[in-house]
Amino acid sequence: MNRIEKKFKELKEKKKKAFIVFITAGFPSLDITRRLVLELEKNGADLIELGVPFSDPLADGPVIQNSSQRSLKAGTTLDKILSLVKSLRKHTQIPICLMSYYNPIFCFGKKRFLSLARSFGVDGIIIPDLPPEEDKDFISACQRSKIDTIFFLSPTTALKRIPFINRMTRGFIYYVSLTGVTGARNRLPTDLIKRLKIIKKHTDKPVCVGFGVSTPEHVKQVFSIVDGVVVGSAIIKKIQDNAGSPGLVKKIGRFVKYLSSA
Amino acid sequence: MNKDINKQGHFGSFGGRFVPETLIYALDELTREYSTAKKDPRFRRELSYCLSQYAGRPTPLYFASNLSRYLGRGIRVYLKREDLLHTGAHKINNTLGQVLLARRMKKTRIIAETGAGQHGVATATVAAMFGLECVIYMGTEDIKRQRLNVLRMRLLNAKIVPVKSGSRTLKDATTEALRDWVTNVGSTYYIIGSVVGPHPYPVMVRNFQSVIGKEARRQILAKEKRLPDYLIACVGGGSNSIGLFHPFFKDKKVKFIGIEAAGEGIFSGKHAATLVKGSVGVLHGAKSDVLEDKFGQINIAHSIAAGLDYPGVGPEHAFYKKIRRAEYYAVTDSQALKGFDLLSKVEGIIPALEPAHVIAYLQTRAQKLKPDSLIIVCLSGRGDKDLDIIYGR
Repeated sequence: MNRIEKKFKELKEKKKKAFIVFITAGFPSLDITRRLVLELEKNGADLIELGVPFSDPLADGPVIQNSSQRSLKAGTTLDKILSLVKSLRKHTQIPICLMSYYNPIFCFGKKRFLSLARSFGVDGIIIPDLPPEEDKDFISACQRSKIDTIFFLSPTTALKRIPFINRMTRGFIYYVSLTGVTGARNRLPTDLIKRLKIIKKHTDKPVCVGFGVSTPEHVKQVFSIVDGVVVGSAIIKKIQDNAGSPGLVKKIGRFVKYLSSA
Repeated sequence: MNKDINKQGHFGSFGGRFVPETLIYALDELTREYSTAKKDPRFRRELSYCLSQYAGRPTPLYFASNLSRYLGRGIRVYLKREDLLHTGAHKINNTLGQVLLARRMKKTRIIAETGAGQHGVATATVAAMFGLECVIYMGTEDIKRQRLNVLRMRLLNAKIVPVKSGSRTLKDATTEALRDWVTNVGSTYYIIGSVVGPHPYPVMVRNFQSVIGKEARRQILAKEKRLPDYLIACVGGGSNSIGLFHPFFKDKKVKFIGIEAAGEGIFSGKHAATLVKGSVGVLHGAKSDVLEDKFGQINIAHSIAAGLDYPGVGPEHAFYKKIRRAEYYAVTDSQALKGFDLLSKVEGIIPALEPAHVIAYLQTRAQKLKPDSLIIVCLSGRGDKDLDIIYGR
């Protein structure tokens, strides 16, 4: 059983939900990312998504796009992010997924990526611009390497496509709450719960909701029906507002505690 | 040849659909609608009516006798005059086709990206004609250098959204347009301006632009009683060139030459020679050749011609290069300016800076072509839009 599966099982036994935190690796620096991961774990994060910065992040809104640009400017590469995971593994067993657009992995070399990711302790991979039909070989290679392949369902996904996505997915299904890019929103779509109920009927895997989840109220709203939430932009925004402040890491920790206490 | 393109829109190992899940449904819907429309006589009649009565097709295949004499060695050059079309470039062939699709699909809002502004103008034009809301994404760098087209788009009632991220040119405008589409996918039709993006766009845009090559083939056979030796066209995203090349695909003796922008030189790091100098990668929804660093981050392209200033290229071109059906070369900014000047002076035709690259190729490398060869050049657009750049220098 890998770390993701184990985590969801533990949470289920405790009748709890997964609180997943997305942060852009290398924003504002890789060292802060390392400290953030440890602090977030202490404050209620159950799983960490590390964003691999990309020059053209077309599924992301301005907040994550901006953090990616700054991370790239600071010299962040996939190599360095993998090494970061390796060093984190000396201190924590929290499940870690990498969220990367396809091209950085493709150029890194898919084989090399998988062998490093596996031996350094990456548990899952999320590729927002890779529908599963585009690279089935890579997906089976991931699964052979015990790296979970997390795919998306969206409000526009046809019902008949859900079983296919379910079959290709390992770890959990990432449900995109709205048609749009990542970013904080004032409210979640009104038909979200209805939609989630339908999806839950068609999958045996944990379903986590992301995109737009930005307040404890949002978290509470969806916890009634799903297995977890992903919060990203709201946290990145907080990091951005406090970058340079000496108390940054603690501050973000407190913010995550506040969000996850729902 | 169609067997090289599979259902998911792969040209060999290129193409495909590398997009967020939210867009899959929209792309499936578009693929279905396009394949029905393509076979619908009413759609074809309507498109052909618009192309002839509104856009001004067929365009002449003009024998450029002065340019031919200038080049010497018995070389004869014909210009396919896409510059004479309504709005001044080949882009309208595609926007007319796509706007008719948008109407069939009952979409009320049109979005597009633009670099040189030609595609933006062609989109704003058809949106105005059909009374649809129109939003154009354009990099602030391009807004500055293609002022005339910005004014035209405003006049046509399009809303222009300036894009300030990254290179502030076509690449970032395209990324922004895709983001808009992900958000407003229900109401919105995205008219992509070139043979790039996720399937079905590269195939669909190519088919709409193939009118260039089909006409040219008929015209050259009528005039010369034979097929040409070379087809030469500029390649940014690659729509005018694919449009010219594709109908000759099976005519193995007809050589295809694509001309990219070498900017300040292909070793300067400031160029847009994607096929000449790039490597395989994924950008804007398709696998193709791209300009990227070794970490897979997309580089910023450079060209004096805004319409060529793009670090990607249509997957069908990457495929033609791989199977050696076409050859690709690059021409610098300063060479292109000389080509611009040459065509203006000897033929009285002011070309856009994009096809001026092709004229410059002939000017500098005609000696590499067979003597007495018959050449068709796609003159994809006219140069009025570039006068600010020419006289601003």
